[in-house]
Amino acid sequence: MTKKFNEKAWHEYELGFMVSRPGCSAEYRTGDWRSQRPQTNKAKCIKCGVCYLVCPEGAIVLAADGSYDFDLEHCKGCGICATECWTGCISMVEEGE
Amino acid sequence: MAKRIGIEVSLAISEAVRLANVDAIAAYPITPQTHIVEHLSELVASGELDAAFIPVESEHSAMSVCAGTSAAGARTYTATSSQGLALMNEILYIIPALRLPVVMTIANRAVSGPISIWNDHSDIMGVRDTGWIALFAENGQEAFDLSLMAFKIAEDHRVLLPISVNIDGFTLSHVIEPHEFLDQDEVDKFLPPYTPAVQLNPDAPVSMGTVGIPEIFSEAKKCQDEVLKGSEAVIKEVFADFGERFGRHYKVVETYRSEGAETLLLTMGSVGETAMEAIDRLRDEENRPVGLIRLRLWRPFPVEALRAEMSGVKTLAVIDRAVSFGGTAGPVAGEIRSALYSTDQAPYVASFIAGLGGRDITISDFMAVVDQAEKMAAANEIHQYKMIGVRE
Repeated sequence: MTKKFNEKAWHEYELGFMVSRPGCSAEYRTGDWRSQRPQTNKAKCIKCGVCYLVCPEGAIVLAADGSYDFDLEHCKGCGICATECWTGCISMVEEGE
Repeated sequence: MAKRIGIEVSLAISEAVRLANVDAIAAYPITPQTHIVEHLSELVASGELDAAFIPVESEHSAMSVCAGTSAAGARTYTATSSQGLALMNEILYIIPALRLPVVMTIANRAVSGPISIWNDHSDIMGVRDTGWIALFAENGQEAFDLSLMAFKIAEDHRVLLPISVNIDGFTLSHVIEPHEFLDQDEVDKFLPPYTPAVQLNPDAPVSMGTVGIPEIFSEAKKCQDEVLKGSEAVIKEVFADFGERFGRHYKVVETYRSEGAETLLLTMGSVGETAMEAIDRLRDEENRPVGLIRLRLWRPFPVEALRAEMSGVKTLAVIDRAVSFGGTAGPVAGEIRSALYSTDQAPYVASFIAGLGGRDITISDFMAVVDQAEKMAAANEIHQYKMIGVRE
């Protein structure tokens, strides 16, 4: 079984601890230090896709109904989507304790 | 063997870099290193060296460019001194962490202040823990030879670490000495073109220099240290290969008339030549059992090779060319004490600091150091260090 990245011995990593598989950060939860998360009022969403385009983390995914959902394992809570949303349907809410 | 040619040591180093057929040079001029890259820029301009010469606005940029060219698979060289090395500091740490075999000449010079352009070792001591292999040359021939060997050591796939070849500023860099050069075909056989293990390549993309989260950072540092320590075996291999091919033999710890010696001087760099003269006089005129150790390899520290020379030695007088402010000894002496502590035959280690900011260390200084060290050893004097010639 392949060891996880945080289980390897020092000599088992790639040369210079480089990353040789593009996009492999998707395998890890990188959004767990977020302090705010985006929330959508889907009734106001016009499915324009601006949020999808501006998200710097690729953490917005197309939903079955043509609107957009948030990948909260990778969203950092930056709020760019909420600021750029044309209809103001995205709001940022505090993460709970 | 080629005939001897009288040439300034800086230019001899440039010739070694030309013979190594480097692909990229990024450097910023700074005394006393300037002649090296100045001559290299002439060699590139005249077409004698087919390389990218990348002039930059600072040493921070010089070393950053070196990181980029080396990561792209280019044989990369730079040179600097003193404040320039200090300005590179941030990037110095990155180069070995990314396993990039950059070769750099450091024409050792005091770090300000007061402002000094003259020679001591405070620049290299300040970057001791950046993870580079550090070699010291004693004369021009060694500077030429080590500059060529540096590429072979650094680029070995068991190593892939950067190397600094340290030469004393002015004392070596600006002195005309006889050098035996090597022919291009001899060098080509010794030093094949650089084959990167991994390089930046759009067809096979990798990310170098990514975040190391707490779960892997210790492993990254452990790996770096193990590879650096492991490089000593490769360094010895390359020294042996060079000696076999060209008849000039190198060791990580050099000795001079140390047979049966009870007191040893220990030096790094060009002052070893003066120390040899002092040893000759003490041996030949006073019949005293004294000898000399010249530390060629500073990082990785050659612990076992040093210990192997300690048999029968009662007093070891270490000459430092820098101050470790508020520390326990001169920077080299502190390491020596640490390397010998708790060994069966640890000698008394006397720490002397001399030759700061270009002050000469004379033959009689070395002879006086031997006398003083033996007296200190007899009294088992607890001390931090003794500064030679300082007015008190």
